[in-house]
Amino acid sequence: MKESYQSLDDNSTFNMKQVIYRKLTSKILNLGLIVLLTFSTSLYAQDGDPAKGKSLFNTNCAACHKLDKKMTGPALRKVESRLADDHGLDREWLAAWIRNSAGLIKSGDAYANQIFNEYNGTAMTAFPTLSDQDINDLLAYTAQDKPAPVVPVAVPGGGGTQGEAGLPTKLVLGALALLFGLLALALILVRQTLNRFAEAKGVELTESQKNGSLWKSFVQNQFLVLVTAILLLLTSAYFAYGYFMQIGIDQGYQPVQPIQFSHRIHAGDNGIDCKYCHSSARVSKHSGIPSVNICMNCHKSISEVAPATATAEHSKEFYDGEIQKLYAAAGWDDAEQKYTGETKPIKWIKIHNLPDFVYFNHSQHVMVGGIQCQTCHGPIEEMEIVHQESPLTMGWCINCHRETNVKVEDNAYYTKIHEQLSKKYGVDKLTVAQQGGLECGKCHY
Amino acid sequence: MKGLIKITALVAILVSVTSCQDNARPNYQYFPNMYESVGYEAYIESDAFEGGVVAQIPVEGTIARGHSLFEIPNTLEGYEEAKANLKNPLDSTAVDFVRGKELYDIYCGICHGTKGNGKGKLVEREKILGIPSYDDAGRAITEGSIYHTIYYGKNAMGSYANQVNEEERWQITAYVLKLKADLEK
Repeated sequence: MKESYQSLDDNSTFNMKQVIYRKLTSKILNLGLIVLLTFSTSLYAQDGDPAKGKSLFNTNCAACHKLDKKMTGPALRKVESRLADDHGLDREWLAAWIRNSAGLIKSGDAYANQIFNEYNGTAMTAFPTLSDQDINDLLAYTAQDKPAPVVPVAVPGGGGTQGEAGLPTKLVLGALALLFGLLALALILVRQTLNRFAEAKGVELTESQKNGSLWKSFVQNQFLVLVTAILLLLTSAYFAYGYFMQIGIDQGYQPVQPIQFSHRIHAGDNGIDCKYCHSSARVSKHSGIPSVNICMNCHKSISEVAPATATAEHSKEFYDGEIQKLYAAAGWDDAEQKYTGETKPIKWIKIHNLPDFVYFNHSQHVMVGGIQCQTCHGPIEEMEIVHQESPLTMGWCINCHRETNVKVEDNAYYTKIHEQLSKKYGVDKLTVAQQGGLECGKCHY
Repeated sequence: MKGLIKITALVAILVSVTSCQDNARPNYQYFPNMYESVGYEAYIESDAFEGGVVAQIPVEGTIARGHSLFEIPNTLEGYEEAKANLKNPLDSTAVDFVRGKELYDIYCGICHGTKGNGKGKLVEREKILGIPSYDDAGRAITEGSIYHTIYYGKNAMGSYANQVNEEERWQITAYVLKLKADLEK
């Protein structure tokens, strides 16, 4: 090392050596490339770009094919080598199939007919627009090896954070409890020693000083007794009233459902419209609990949650288990990708329940009134487990009817009545109450 | 010492009262027979019905009021037949793109994208993949094929016949054709 600083000559020789090194590394790299290429040719993907293939696959094929799992169509990992080894079919056959599978079936090709029948005559969409290069890219993507599972690594990490999140609060609470316990002990000890001092010094603690005198004088004072009795009665009446008034009100009711359906994931993170699942809220009295076929609209393709969906509270395994419960209810065989016909109804527990003597209509509020679901149901899109947000009492209904203005603009149905009523009340915006929203018969009949 | 006992007793009573408040159970009701319907409510359990549920699918071979028969079968041939021959019964005055868009955005847009290019929110978040754009040449959708697909579903897509009624299905079909025309521009 020193030499390189001594003279220009030495320096140049040093540089020379470096150049040689560089050449060597580039040679090694070249060799590696050759090795890689020879390997990749054995995987039948000599001229495709797997990255491009991935995006092509996701836009064109992923609706029906997964790499490692049977879906509407077969799993496609290493499809080219499998076809070549098992059936002696080359890339040309695959390209013909991809561009026009129906034509290939009609031409009487044996394997084309076999696969068509194996999948119950489901026709593969023709992709005439895919170029040779596109197909090469696609096959390069499918020829890639299955990536090593990352899940086992992620799970202990998730468990760790869960533990970390749970521990400190418990620790802090424990420490606080210990501290308070010690304080109480110290106080008792101080009191004891003080008493001992008092005894030692001969100070007599008189009976009146200890206790009793205050209580005696209180009992003797009849006025005070009367006032306390009245106060006691009033406070107990207040609490009794409060208790009786909350009977029949289920605000905060949060039952444990048979499947933990997370509104946070569906309506919040994924932004699925409430009416997608609760479609009868548009047209009927009931908002409707979706039947499992609506769940299966998406969960036919989504059999497990993404690792990012797991939270500190609930792991990926937990959510995957909940999806399996759905499959059991719908009678869906995920491995075979078909319905077994053995269904069993999910016993959802009704949370928002109005008494039988009151009529409420969802479609009237959602479609005519244009009220957001969240107005009554609270921030549903943030709830992991749904609870009843509003009291659903008559006072609560009436209050909203008094405060809410009816959307009468651009509504031909309301034009005339709106004119008449706004003249009558001398206002330009009518509330629901002014339109008869407080009539008993509106909801009770 | 007596005071201490009294305080602990008070605390114990308070704790026992407050701990009775269990959010996983429904509250008491005054007169449950006024709260609970004598008739069947939607979705309740009843032994009178098959499988113990009141919600039943219509008896085979019957059509509910306000519904009509869709005779094209759920097969590949049925799809081709609908694609070639099925036409929208709504005339141009009955087609309402505002309602069509509203329905489309609720039921279809989440996967197919509000523009119909196959890039809905679930696709962007990589939950569901491979949603085709409506202008896909290989599929060459027509109003008949759109309606058939909404009615029966196709491949990974499920049937939407129970979420939207006949008229709404045709409104959505008309709107999808409009999106397709916009994409092809």
